[in-house]
Amino acid sequence: MQKRTVLLSAAAFAVIAATTNTWAQAQPKLKVGFMLPATGTFASLGTAIDNGFRLYVAEQGGKIAGREVEYVRVDDESDPSKATDNVNKLIKRDNVDVLVGTVHSGVAMAMAKAAKESGTLLLVPNAGAAAITGPMCAPNIFRSSFTMWQSGYAMGEVAAKKGHKKVVTITWKYAAGDENIKGFKESFEKNGGTVVKELNLPFPNVEFQALLTEIAATKPDAVFTFFAGGGAVKFVKDYSAAGLKKTIPLYGSGFLTDGTLEAQGADADGLLTTLHYADNLNSKRDQAFRLSYAKTYKMQPDVYAVQGYDAGQMLGIGLNATKGDAKNIQGFAQAVRAAKIDSPRGAFTMSKSHNPVQDIYLRKVVGKENVLEGVASKALVDPGLGCKM
Amino acid sequence: MDFATFLIQCLNAMQYGLLLFLVASGLTLIFGIMGVINLAHGSFYMIGAYMAYALAPVVGAAFGGEFFSTMVAGLVLSVILGYVLEWAFFSYLYEREHLQQVLMTYGLILVFEELRSLMVGDDVHGVTVPPFLNGTLQLNELMTYPVYRLFISGVCLLLAVAMWFVFTRTRLGMMIRAGTANREMVQSLGIDITLLYRIVFAIGVALAVFAGMIAAPVSSVYPNMGNAVLIICFVVVVIGGIGSIKGALVAALLIGIVDTFGKVLVPQAAGVLVYVLMALILLWRPNGLFKD
Repeated sequence: MQKRTVLLSAAAFAVIAATTNTWAQAQPKLKVGFMLPATGTFASLGTAIDNGFRLYVAEQGGKIAGREVEYVRVDDESDPSKATDNVNKLIKRDNVDVLVGTVHSGVAMAMAKAAKESGTLLLVPNAGAAAITGPMCAPNIFRSSFTMWQSGYAMGEVAAKKGHKKVVTITWKYAAGDENIKGFKESFEKNGGTVVKELNLPFPNVEFQALLTEIAATKPDAVFTFFAGGGAVKFVKDYSAAGLKKTIPLYGSGFLTDGTLEAQGADADGLLTTLHYADNLNSKRDQAFRLSYAKTYKMQPDVYAVQGYDAGQMLGIGLNATKGDAKNIQGFAQAVRAAKIDSPRGAFTMSKSHNPVQDIYLRKVVGKENVLEGVASKALVDPGLGCKM
Repeated sequence: MDFATFLIQCLNAMQYGLLLFLVASGLTLIFGIMGVINLAHGSFYMIGAYMAYALAPVVGAAFGGEFFSTMVAGLVLSVILGYVLEWAFFSYLYEREHLQQVLMTYGLILVFEELRSLMVGDDVHGVTVPPFLNGTLQLNELMTYPVYRLFISGVCLLLAVAMWFVFTRTRLGMMIRAGTANREMVQSLGIDITLLYRIVFAIGVALAVFAGMIAAPVSSVYPNMGNAVLIICFVVVVIGGIGSIKGALVAALLIGIVDTFGKVLVPQAAGVLVYVLMALILLWRPNGLFKD
């Protein structure tokens, strides 16, 4: 009998010891899977997102909801054909708690599909394809950036307010370009203007001369365009060299003049673009962010860094509500949907389809900066067409 | 489309066609005459553009006269690069299958892109037009035409004539053509075919680099820019007839016309028109326009 009591109490003691032991130990590490471009055209964008995200985590003392953060990285190479394999590596091999990615819309779509199937949390820090928060939307998928529709829509209002009636649009014939032009057309025509001609050329063709001649022959009041990267540089330079800049104002989505001003030089001077960020917002929040980013990484942040930072904030808000449980999608989604995210770009909320409801700014190129002109569209909500959730 | 616009579009077509010829001319030599499928041709074009961007300040500071001294420095470097590459890699490829040529030159693309990324980064850069060519011509009340584009067209024409002259009217050209027809026979006649091919290859590389340098102010400089021109270069060479310089010129101009007017008149199909043209020409003449 005595022996039995001893055994029992020993067992009880062992159980208690074991439980206290787990209590003493911190919660398991939070595995964040970064699927971002580390090579290729978008490499610098990937770095900015990575930096922004880590800056937020560092501000929280390296922990989110009490869980230490561990990063797993896969280079997505901005290659949609490798996207499914890459995202499955993170989900199945590395067992990450949350996926963060990416820049390229085609790759992000594959990520959204995989996240939808596996139920893993996904934070999209850039890719602006409508489908991600449209037909492919899911309770576990969130975007901290924008939709292509948003910047186009905002510029449509601006162009109409400036009194332009006839506008020609020009872009690459692919999803991002089409969605951006669609947003522009929607608001511009709602406000009394007409898009008289929609010019486009195959991606990533940059031989614009024929279409510039076509613009000159059409003589519109203004031109609206979407190009990015090398194409944006060349288009702005060619537009100016063709003598059109003096007579037909050029408006664009913010990507036309973001990260490209050094190369565009004087040809970009005075261009008006719309985006959810600008170079001198002059808010306390933005200044603090910029200072802290510049101190940590010895370079200036850009819109991509802000989007990465906000992806971090959204993760923090959601996980704090679920006490660090990344599997509790309902609790996570509820918290993020109810939250006001205190972004350097200005506070924003989540739409029903999980895309930021945000102010879109009108910016003007002055020297090497996209200087704030004002708010083009206040608290703009992407319609999230096709989202059933 | 009124007549004035039509004329401007013709000018655009010609200008684009000539630029295409310039880029494709090096490939005509390497692929057309030497018979090596060189996927790295686009990379040489990219290297040229980046040279125009990165060398200009250095060379300009050392020798003055930024534009021309950069051209000369770039050409010298590219001939050396071509010579070394031929010696180290391409000379082993002549006797091998096309698949092995494709594999190795594809590998070179990856190496060049990665080196570019390490040395100058992944940003987009602009290259300034030299001041004395910076003007514009007024075409109609709205449109102007940059003088520099006309300058490029002129250079392309000059080059086309020079290449045609060298290949059909000089001893060097004769030896090269003979080498294409029968390598062993030329060798047995006491001509150093190895050296000859090395020189031709170096010229081919230099032409691509030169194209990149001269096009840089209008195309700007960005990662992967070489891959964009590579495919269209192969189309030019294949339509023109492998090994024919005259063919390449005609093909490049044809593509310029089809692409320019295609974009304006049938924008929905603009992306495929050039390839439809290629398919039609190959159906009609399976060896291209000017293959004897």
